[in-house]
Amino acid sequence: MNQTASSAPRKILVLGATSGIAEATCRIWAAQGASLFLVARNAEKLAAVAQDLKARGASYVDTAVVDLDDTDQHPGLLAHAINSLTGLDIAYLAHGVLGDQVAAEQDFNTAAHILHTNFMAPVSLLTWLANFCEQRRSGTIAVLSSVAGDRGRKSNYVYGSSKAGLSAFLAGLRNRVDREGVTILTIKPGPTKTAMTAGMKGSEKFADVDTVAQSIVKAIEKRQDNLYVPFQWQPIMFVVRNIPERIFKKLNL
Amino acid sequence: MAETSDPTQNGTKASFESWGRYPSYRANIIPLHWQSDFPAVTEGLHNGILPVGLGRSYGDVGLLENGNLLVTTGMDRIISFDPETGLLTAEAGMSFAQILDFAVPRGFFLPVTPGTKYVTLGGAIANDIHGKNHHIAGTFGCHITQFELVRTDGTRILCSPTQNLEFYSATIGGLGLTGFISWATVQLKPIVSRKIDYEGIQFHGIDEFISLTEQSKDIEYTVSWVDCTSTGRNFCRGIFMQGDHSTKRDELKPSPKPRLIFPFDAPGFALNSLSVSLFNTLFFHKQFSKRVVALQDYEPFFYPLDKVLRWNRMYGKRGLLQFQYVIPWEHAREGTVAILKEVAKSGLASFLAVLKAFGDVPSPGMMSFPKPGITLCLDFPIKPGKSFPLCERLADMTLEFGGRLYPAKDAAMTAAQFQAFYPQWQQFARYRDPLLTSSFWERVTGNKPSL
Ligand SMILES: Cc1cc2nc3c(=O)[nH]c(=O)nc-3n(C[C@H](O)[C@H](O)[C@H](O)COP(=O)(O)OP(=O)(O)OC[C@H]3O[C@@H](n4cnc5c(N)ncnc54)[C@H](O)[C@@H]3O)c2cc1C
Repeated sequence: MNQTASSAPRKILVLGATSGIAEATCRIWAAQGASLFLVARNAEKLAAVAQDLKARGASYVDTAVVDLDDTDQHPGLLAHAINSLTGLDIAYLAHGVLGDQVAAEQDFNTAAHILHTNFMAPVSLLTWLANFCEQRRSGTIAVLSSVAGDRGRKSNYVYGSSKAGLSAFLAGLRNRVDREGVTILTIKPGPTKTAMTAGMKGSEKFADVDTVAQSIVKAIEKRQDNLYVPFQWQPIMFVVRNIPERIFKKLNL
Repeated sequence: MAETSDPTQNGTKASFESWGRYPSYRANIIPLHWQSDFPAVTEGLHNGILPVGLGRSYGDVGLLENGNLLVTTGMDRIISFDPETGLLTAEAGMSFAQILDFAVPRGFFLPVTPGTKYVTLGGAIANDIHGKNHHIAGTFGCHITQFELVRTDGTRILCSPTQNLEFYSATIGGLGLTGFISWATVQLKPIVSRKIDYEGIQFHGIDEFISLTEQSKDIEYTVSWVDCTSTGRNFCRGIFMQGDHSTKRDELKPSPKPRLIFPFDAPGFALNSLSVSLFNTLFFHKQFSKRVVALQDYEPFFYPLDKVLRWNRMYGKRGLLQFQYVIPWEHAREGTVAILKEVAKSGLASFLAVLKAFGDVPSPGMMSFPKPGITLCLDFPIKPGKSFPLCERLADMTLEFGGRLYPAKDAAMTAAQFQAFYPQWQQFARYRDPLLTSSFWERVTGNKPSL
């Protein structure tokens, strides 16, 4: 086949490939014939996702079963992935935990675990990936953060602060590598429809995971910096961020 | 590391309503995303369990009052696809819409499809659904070469026409009660175009319908819309619709996404018998000439209602009752005439009735609904004190004519009626998973008084 550089399948590394939003995004890439390297913790789930993406048209799929909490493994994993893909166009970080807010309020170790998975581990990956991309002066790093990081709320401030940290880290990193031709995309999804809402009353309000995935693919295409998805969350979060603390304190959010 | 978790993904109590919006029950909703979720998630659950798909059954086969509903739509992965043979193996929560999006651009189509593409593979097997090509292709179950059945005790049973035949035939049409279908292999059929060579023919009376049916034996898809409000000269008038996949090679694009969502619950007065008969008259005359020939995309041909998601709201909060019978040829003509007369007389008539002849391809399912004869499908907006007595009367008439009703479209038949329609139900019950049950099953086996 005679493929020019631009039509060659893109090489995409996906961390946390068994998460719902990541999987939906990968299906779009697979249909476009992308090459994928998928990382997740659960071997059985990862195999099911890999099989599906191959059937949907991915031109190459490789996997690694890794617990990304183990930051010592990151350099080896990333080198292996890039070797397997023979390059890297997009790195997509989609792993994270919601954690148990109530337990985290009582126990620092629970809080630390959430912060480690959602902040420390991504920082380790991002440091390596950003340096790699910077050196090559190309690449896009897309990261799933959350609207929950825009303002700490009583109901999930531990998770929220891990995502706030992540968003701030990404903003700074973008500032550093932008001029080197590297794109950093911060993605902030709102509540997304899941299997459970099918047929349920009142679920229409939630965003459809495929729609979220399409917006992500498009934002990467356009080399966007930030993405609220669905877009309505941008004005909503603008309001939430600007509610005076005096009032915010009293709200039951 | 873990997958991004979602606060809504743990079991939640919620109301689940049937597609007919009647009945609606509270249940514990448990989403399944992975094959390995089952039977692990069922541990420690009380009050019965039922796997469900996209909730497109009209009655209560997909409901379980105060029980646990395992929603399978998160299990929508392809396991393998052979582009040479068209054999597709996929998880049971994959929908027909997803299958078409995948298969049509690759030159394949579903072997059998119902009037909506928003059904899952598992749901289609459990109801052993039929389509407009029943007279040629039989039911959906005829095209399932194998599937995996997982029991709540963890037993995995590979079912096919040559392996574990009893479970294969109990599960096809088995109403979700024999176990959890985790994946299935379906034989798709090749197409070269998205288009259907369509022909619509007006008919007047049941005899014209039957003779059109005979003339169209070799045409793959046939179905009729009949006006069930008219009496006298216009009694049993309708439009006979037939079509084949176009054989003219064409671009095989995926379908555009639907956008319209029916925005509110229609008020009850919007659907009185006057508006219904007006609609029927308009529909009949929409086709001005006796015969219309067209090349039509498969979407409007198979799924005229799917353009409007949640169109069932059109019936208002009270919902509707569906009623579908099959009456064997021996009494098909007189039975259909008698029932249509009863419907017209009642003045409760539905928008449109769907009339079709089933063929004689046998279903592999022990409890499958279709058999050779005439099938008629009606819907009645629920009117307190009226719709249920009418349905009960119609069910009795069906029984007298040797027919039976379709569980996927029923919310009203009595236990006695069900047991007369499906005398094999006790034999079937031996293959039931002891922990799985549905509101339908409780109702028709007499565990619960029916309305
Ligand atoms: C507009 C419209 C048109 C229709 N036209 C037709 C038609 O032409 N022909 C026809 O036959 N039907 C027709 N139907 C009915 C529909 O095809 C069936 O009800 C179908 O089974 C619905 O599939 P579902 O995925 O929504 O299943 P649900 O309604 O959610 O469940 C149906 C049954 O499947 C079982 N089930 C679901 N998943 C599994 C699983 N993984 N393992 C075990 N059991 C499972 C459930 O327990 C339940 O008993 C139509 C429905 C609509 C709304």
